[in-house]
Amino acid sequence: MPHAVSRRAALLGAAATSGSLLFAGGNAGAQQKPSELRVGITTFLSGPASVFGVPARQAADLLFEEINRAGGIGGIPVRPFYVDEGPGTDHLVGEYRRLVQNEGVHIIFASISSGSCLACTPLSDEMRKTTLLWDCGTQRIFEEGKHPYAFRTQGYGTPEILAPLLYLLKTKPDFRTLAVINQDYAWGRDSWELWKAGMDALKPGVRVVAELFPRFNSTDFSTEITRMLALRPDVILSTSWGGELVTLIRQASERRLLDRSTFVLPVAEASLQQLGRAMPQGHVIGARGDHWNNHPKPKDPARFQRFVDSYRQRHNEYPIYPCHHMAQAIAAMQAGFARAIEAKGGGWPNDQELANAFRGLTFDSPTSTITLREDGQGLEDQIVGLSSFTDRFPFAVPKDMVIFPAAMVSTPVGQKSVDWLKTLKPDMLAQVPAPIAG
Amino acid sequence: MGQWFAENGLLIGLALLDGLAYAALVFMVAVGLNMVFGVLRIVNVAHGSLFAIGAYAAASIGLFLASLGLPPIAGFAALLLAAALVGGILGPLIERLVLRRIYGQEEVLQLLVTFALFMILEDVQKLIWGVQPIFQDAPMKALGTVDVPFGEDVIPFTAYQLFVLPGVALATLAGLAWFLRRTLTGRVIVAVTTDKEAAMAMGIDAAKVTLLTFTFGAALAALGGALASPTTSLVPGIGAQTIVLSFAVVATAGLGQIEGAAISALMIGLGRSIAVYLAPEFEVVVPYLIMVAVLLIRPQGLFGRLETRRV
Repeated sequence: MPHAVSRRAALLGAAATSGSLLFAGGNAGAQQKPSELRVGITTFLSGPASVFGVPARQAADLLFEEINRAGGIGGIPVRPFYVDEGPGTDHLVGEYRRLVQNEGVHIIFASISSGSCLACTPLSDEMRKTTLLWDCGTQRIFEEGKHPYAFRTQGYGTPEILAPLLYLLKTKPDFRTLAVINQDYAWGRDSWELWKAGMDALKPGVRVVAELFPRFNSTDFSTEITRMLALRPDVILSTSWGGELVTLIRQASERRLLDRSTFVLPVAEASLQQLGRAMPQGHVIGARGDHWNNHPKPKDPARFQRFVDSYRQRHNEYPIYPCHHMAQAIAAMQAGFARAIEAKGGGWPNDQELANAFRGLTFDSPTSTITLREDGQGLEDQIVGLSSFTDRFPFAVPKDMVIFPAAMVSTPVGQKSVDWLKTLKPDMLAQVPAPIAG
Repeated sequence: MGQWFAENGLLIGLALLDGLAYAALVFMVAVGLNMVFGVLRIVNVAHGSLFAIGAYAAASIGLFLASLGLPPIAGFAALLLAAALVGGILGPLIERLVLRRIYGQEEVLQLLVTFALFMILEDVQKLIWGVQPIFQDAPMKALGTVDVPFGEDVIPFTAYQLFVLPGVALATLAGLAWFLRRTLTGRVIVAVTTDKEAAMAMGIDAAKVTLLTFTFGAALAALGGALASPTTSLVPGIGAQTIVLSFAVVATAGLGQIEGAAISALMIGLGRSIAVYLAPEFEVVVPYLIMVAVLLIRPQGLFGRLETRRV
């Protein structure tokens, strides 16, 4: 039932609001502690990329429950507000504004899609709202402009492509021909540009026999597979993900393409559970980070195992990389708030103070330590290996893993990735760490 | 020219094999859509959902049969059972509860209602099957592969792709042609398609015919999905992709044309495959380029008829 508002109450409310606005203008530093910490989270809850977005949300719910059971952040409980990236960028931009203006969120996690991040990051500048880019991979964000309120709490496209390339060059240096089959959208095209720039610099003369970009969300790759069977490339690169990667591997495996060519799959990790034993062994696989279930030496093994076990217990599956990226963003949020509150002598930070706390922040993920550089980009190690089977998991995991230090495979601050990749020299291979046996 | 064929002839031959299988799957969905439009005069956007649900149901039944220890070949029974269940249950439900209320209404309203239905069914799929890829390829694996000679090399194709998909599509086409032209029920459907008012005046129960046709169309969409399920991973959104391509086939053929749908599906399937070999950057647009080219020359579609407006 709507409440009637008396004229006196309205006037009193207006007076109180004006007073508080004046007060706020005169004392920007005095920030009252809220009753809850509101976190806006953009993720895919519909469409093909919900294979990433839904598990990430599940991981977030799990971790927020843990945090709230332990007393919250800065003594207040955390409350997430989820927004679906599925309907597209225009919708998301409106939702971002709604989260800030109507829901009053204190921080935003955005997004899975690179297009979403490219749309949300300028909004973080405009609305001065700290925004953690928790999963998107485009290198353009911090290479094409400064964003004082945006921070990426994981790696990005360049290290995620360069690390598998270096691994391939170390383990199969004699390849002469290559074909690419990527999804026909921004990531598929951008990742190929990054790979090509790096490959031409590190191993000039490799012949690209086919560049295939089937329609995004394709369900059939028969023709592409036939063509690659006929061309017999030494190496086939695919940065595809989700159902498309599962379909590609199954169709290619059934027709023995994986017997003829070595596949390089930088985003394989998220699909390996679905593939199970259907994933052939001996192919190069990546995880968009270092969070493999058989990580050879996680920084905090107990914390890593606890997260994996809790997630498995609740959802009957292993967490995939978006879950780990979400966990990293949440760990960064905890560290950032702690730093901001400490800097303010126990007081609650305003938006500017919170953003300041993230600049140069170092925080622990379950597997390693991540540092947010001065440009906002996170430095996350990359682990690449060869697909193999063990008794521990009913799906493929990497063997002969190489841990690539983030700084080695990330574009230096102030440079653009493609330009930097073109400057790489073959002697860079000498710096690649030795594989970890097993 | 002769030299070009000598160099690329074998590749084009391979492309034809791929295109044939692809066309077969597209045809299965498009022909159901076309039949439904012919009788109900509704462009049913939710047809793509029936494809997706048919695929999911086939995979679930197949996995269940496998868990009972039945041989992989039993997966073929799962494909037919899924199509029958989805068509037999969802078809009448949708026709009775939703479509019957919008016959004869404005086309925009019909599109909006079926689109809403499509969105609802997409969410239903996520509720039941989740968002992670599901696959059940036992029927495809059971038949193994066939090595097709390619110069001094061989190219493995799955027997399922080479024989089952085109075979089922051909059988469907022949069966439909026989059913519509040689059986009383089929002729009644053709009569309602041609002139509903005249058919009703002759005592045909048009409501019963629309129910039957929609159920049959829904079963065909579900069969298309079931046939596709052993070859692909099932994820949210597969229905949307299918319906867009099916519309291209139907528009190229001319709404209401059965044999036309087969030929259009073949054109689009082969066009797409050949593009992958000769100009892969055009793969995505080839089906729509064919559609636009046909519609510019024949707005009623390749096999559609110009209708005089009745007053």
